[in-house]
Amino acid sequence: MGKLKVATCSLAGCFGCHMSLLDIDEKLFDLLELVELDRSPLTDIKHCGPCEIGLVEGGVCNAENVHVLKEFRSNCRTLVAVGACAITGGIPAMRNNIDLWDCFQEVYHYGIGLEGGQIPNDRELPLPFDKVRPLNEVVRIDHFLPGCPPSAEAIWKFLTDLAAGREPRLDYEMLHYD
Amino acid sequence: MSAGTFTLDGRAIPFEEGQTILDAAAAAGVDIPHLCHLPGLAPHGSCKLCTVSIGGRLGAACTNRAAAGMTVESETAELNAHRLTLVQMLFVEGNHFCPSCEKSGACRLQETARRLGMTTPHFTHFFPARDLDASHPDVVLERNRCILCELCVRASRDVDGKNVFAIGGRGIRARLIVNSASGRLADTALSANDRAVEVCPTGAILRKRVGFAVPIGRRPYDRHDIALSLPTRRGEGAGGG
Repeated sequence: MGKLKVATCSLAGCFGCHMSLLDIDEKLFDLLELVELDRSPLTDIKHCGPCEIGLVEGGVCNAENVHVLKEFRSNCRTLVAVGACAITGGIPAMRNNIDLWDCFQEVYHYGIGLEGGQIPNDRELPLPFDKVRPLNEVVRIDHFLPGCPPSAEAIWKFLTDLAAGREPRLDYEMLHYD
Repeated sequence: MSAGTFTLDGRAIPFEEGQTILDAAAAAGVDIPHLCHLPGLAPHGSCKLCTVSIGGRLGAACTNRAAAGMTVESETAELNAHRLTLVQMLFVEGNHFCPSCEKSGACRLQETARRLGMTTPHFTHFFPARDLDASHPDVVLERNRCILCELCVRASRDVDGKNVFAIGGRGIRARLIVNSASGRLADTALSANDRAVEVCPTGAILRKRVGFAVPIGRRPYDRHDIALSLPTRRGEGAGGG
C-alpha cells in the first residue's frame, strides 16, 4: 500500500495547530512512514493536489482563505477542521462585533507614529471579510478536531484513526475546546 | 421518608412526596444532564437538557414529579443526541470562545458539551453583539456568554433577597437585564459574594481579578470525579473556579 497523501494549511490561524502537530515529537518519523505531505507550510508545494486527507487550521477571514479552502475541498477526500478557529472562528472571530472600517482606522490611521498612513489597498492584497467564519460555513467539513490547539495526543489519535480507515474518535480526556 | 420508588434506566430510585425526577435521581447519585437547575432553587425548565422519557412521553426531569412505579429513561442514544443538539444551539447562539474565557474548565456548558462528545457546534454562528457591563467594581457581566438559565435571577431574588437580575426582550433578542434605573450593575446592591454570582453555569457573570488563578489540570472539570448534577458541585464557585 502506498503512503497516504496529506495536505495541511493555515487560514486565519496562528500556526499553533501545526506546532501541536509537531509536538508528536519522535512519532513524526512514524507519521512519515504512513503519509506523504502534499501542500503544507512544511513543504514547498504551492497548490494542493489530490489527497486522502486535508488538515485545515484557522477560520476564514479573507478572500484568499476561501480560494485555498475551496482548493482543499476539491482535492481532499477527507477534510478536517483542526482547532477552535477552524471550528468556531475562534479568537479572531471576536472582531465580528467590531465594524471592519473602525478596525482599519484603529490599526492604520490612529495611534502614535501613524500620521499620514493609509489603509493598504493594493490589488495584491486579499480583501478581508466583515466577519470571520468557521470552515463549515463555507465548505462541507468531514471531521472536527477541537482544541486551541488540540493536544499532540489528540492529533496523533485522530490521524492514526483516519490512516487506519477508522472513524476518528476522541475520548473525553482528549476533548477540549480551550 | 420515601414515598415509593420509580425506575430510571432500569434502576430503582427512591423519592419523597413532591420531589422531581431530577432531584430524586441526584439524591440517589444518578446524573441527568442539565444546565438551568440547581438543588434548592425553584425549577425553571428552560435548558431542556434534562428531558427524559417518562412512560414513553418526553418531559423535563426538573419539572416533572416522581411517581411510584413510573418508568423513566434518560441515558439513551436518542436522548443524548437531542441533548447534543441543544448544547450546539446554545454554543452558536452566543460567543463561546473558550480559549480566552476565564470560566474554561469550570464551565458547566463546556463540560456538558464535552460529556456529550461535541466536536463542533455544527450550526451557523449568530455572533451576537450584546452589551458587556463592567461597571461594577467586583463583578463583570458578559451577556454574549449568557444562556438565559435564570439561575442568577432566581438566586438573587429568592436567596440573596436583592432581585438584581431579570430577563428582558422577546425571542432571540431576550437577554439578561439588570434591575436598576440605569440598567448598570454598579447601581445595584450586588456583591461579589452573592449566590447570584456563584451560580452562573457559564462565563456570563464573573468575579473580577480572580481569572486564570487555577492552573490547568486543577480546574474543577479537569478532575474527573465531579458529577454535573450532584449537590456537591454547589461549592465550585464563579470566576476562574
